[in-house]
Amino acid sequence: MDHNGNTELRENSFWRKYLFSADHKTIGKQYLWLGLIMALVGGILAYFMRKQLAWPESETLTPNVYNAFVTMHGTIMVFFVAMPILLGCFGNFLIPLMIGADDMAFPRLNMLSFWTFFVGTLLLILSFFVPGGAAAAGWTGYAPLSAKPIYTGVNWGLNLWILSLALEFASVLMGGVNFMTTAITMRAEGMSWFRLPLMVWMQLSAAIIFMLSVGPTIAAAVLLLLDRLVGTGFFVPAQGGDPLLWQHLFWFFGHPEVYVVLLPGFGVLLEILPAGSRKPIFGYRIIIYSTLVAGVLSFIVWAHHMFVSGMNPNLSMPFSITTILISVPFAIVIFAMIATMWRGSIRLTTAMSFAIGTLMTFLMGGVTGIFNGSAAVDIFIHDTYFVVAHFHYTLFPATFFAAFAGIYFWFPKMFGRMLNETWGKVHFWLTFVGFNLVFLPMFRLGMAGHMRRLADPTQYNFLSTESIKSTQIFITWAAIGLLIGQAPFIVNFLRSIVAGEVAEENPWQANTLEWSTASPPPHGNFEVRPIVHHDPYNYSSPDADSDWLPQDQSLEEITT
Amino acid sequence: MVMYSPEISRSDPVDKATLATLIFLGTEIMFFAGLISSFLILRAGTPNWPPPGQPRYPILITGFNTLFLLVSGATMFRAVKAAQGHRRKRWLLATFGFGTLFLGIQGVEWVKLVEYGMTFTSSIYGGLFYTLIGCHALHLVIALVILIFVIFRSGFGTKTHPLLSLCSLYWYFVVGIWPLLYTLVYLL
Repeated sequence: MDHNGNTELRENSFWRKYLFSADHKTIGKQYLWLGLIMALVGGILAYFMRKQLAWPESETLTPNVYNAFVTMHGTIMVFFVAMPILLGCFGNFLIPLMIGADDMAFPRLNMLSFWTFFVGTLLLILSFFVPGGAAAAGWTGYAPLSAKPIYTGVNWGLNLWILSLALEFASVLMGGVNFMTTAITMRAEGMSWFRLPLMVWMQLSAAIIFMLSVGPTIAAAVLLLLDRLVGTGFFVPAQGGDPLLWQHLFWFFGHPEVYVVLLPGFGVLLEILPAGSRKPIFGYRIIIYSTLVAGVLSFIVWAHHMFVSGMNPNLSMPFSITTILISVPFAIVIFAMIATMWRGSIRLTTAMSFAIGTLMTFLMGGVTGIFNGSAAVDIFIHDTYFVVAHFHYTLFPATFFAAFAGIYFWFPKMFGRMLNETWGKVHFWLTFVGFNLVFLPMFRLGMAGHMRRLADPTQYNFLSTESIKSTQIFITWAAIGLLIGQAPFIVNFLRSIVAGEVAEENPWQANTLEWSTASPPPHGNFEVRPIVHHDPYNYSSPDADSDWLPQDQSLEEITT
Repeated sequence: MVMYSPEISRSDPVDKATLATLIFLGTEIMFFAGLISSFLILRAGTPNWPPPGQPRYPILITGFNTLFLLVSGATMFRAVKAAQGHRRKRWLLATFGFGTLFLGIQGVEWVKLVEYGMTFTSSIYGGLFYTLIGCHALHLVIALVILIFVIFRSGFGTKTHPLLSLCSLYWYFVVGIWPLLYTLVYLL
């Protein structure tokens, strides 16, 4: 509201409503658009890398450009696709709705957060076009490769890379402060901690993990930038610096970051699976406790990325133990998800298909993580395609399968229209089959000793065999199929926004509060502030008439 | 800012802005933890500390300076607790004075160190000093800017201002992290 009281005029202007909006729903959708567009960019980079790998003789990419593409593909997919969609979109859109609040605690800070993110994204895109090209030191920015421009030949590209990540971190910090303050202070009457939808718990855990882990990496980024711009040598051995220090500081954040992305993905599943199985969630509290334990453990596993880095080998055993330990809480959550579906009356919607697809693919990623986590095995498979396959089996399910599940599930709430289910199914099967055809063979490549980040594998004799070459070509065709498989989604998404079937308030007959208001919810979210009477997963309750019992409906209201 | 109808807004059990500031300060603590660990690791990997030809960090004068900063924390506390406007004004100005004094003495020390040949790039020893102490100084500058803003917006402290309590939290953080930095960087 300005000093002249012109609230209504300004609220209704196009700019205020769609662009510089402080409404959490609009900001969530802005993050969604940004993430989806960046996913296309990341996918196109992947296509060029795959073309180069399958047909190195075509010289699609020079080794320098290949390095830049590898770096930017990783950076974009983790920081500019997974983060905006899973945290930016779902967190912003769902947290206030699910807790029955009218908006975030700090709506303007939220808007600032998005536009900071947006500028960071622009800088990252811009870095492709500066002299020397984009950053080429890997998405992990390992020093000393990243510490001096002469090592990669990239000067401003890498500076911009650091700058854009700094903006992204600042943005997520603002978002995280907002998420936590909102969830702590703005819950509706009756919304106790153990009635919170698990999505909110997961977003909250992710925010806490991010906030606690990102500080040291920002410190490392400051040191790195000083190395590059001022000429200090914190990470340069020739000047008395320590390159391993970068790896420690980076992975102290970098590994928890994996869970920052994964937990909101789990949150999506934990909402969709009970609604799609018409059963209460299995082990609500155990899931929360496991998540918190995993969150704590995530801070003491980072050095498993560094088994072959030259760090003290005595550290390998403790970090192997914590790494294998962290699979226990996650296994509990996975089992709880499977048990939730067990003997449910499953409604195999597109959202549900993607949710189950997430479980199946992530399981592969989790199990192969145990191989990487044991130092003895890791020394053999480190920096091979086995690792590439492993982390794509963990991050692809979280970033894409779970995100797609969430988009199909909450699209009606976001845009007031339904996505087409038939094309959704087509999209699911193309993605599911395509994904497995791309990444399953990579485990085999890795076992054969195929290193990562090679622009031209055929320069090694043992990687020039017919078997390896044909596998690479097969993977590339599968990747092209996977990319084309996204076309039904893009068309469906764009078409449904304008011409989809109009959605009702609660199309999936789910219980959480966002389904108790209009689709899309009005400004301020709820006509009357809801009062919460139940936990969020009251499906097939024998006391209720229908097989679902919304959180804001008391049993007396129904029976009388 | 959007105003909603009164029936759907409600009083908060915890003050939102205070909570948000505390969460943010948690991140700041981790940031300094990262810097301090970097310092300790790089120091442990350097055989001669300080390296030949580099001056020692100024322990004594900074020790006195530490007292000034701690005093500024105490005056800030008094300012927040002050019931009357004119008292608040006195304590706020004292806080500003001690904060600026600390920064000024640090600045003089930096000039001397540079004259002795310790620069950002002269050694890891110098680079770390300027990075760590510089980050702290930058935080103090930001705290001073917020303090000046609060002083001017509150009629030199005579009126209450909502930002004062947040500003004091940030101030306590900047003061509180300093003895740790002093001990680990200068004394150790």
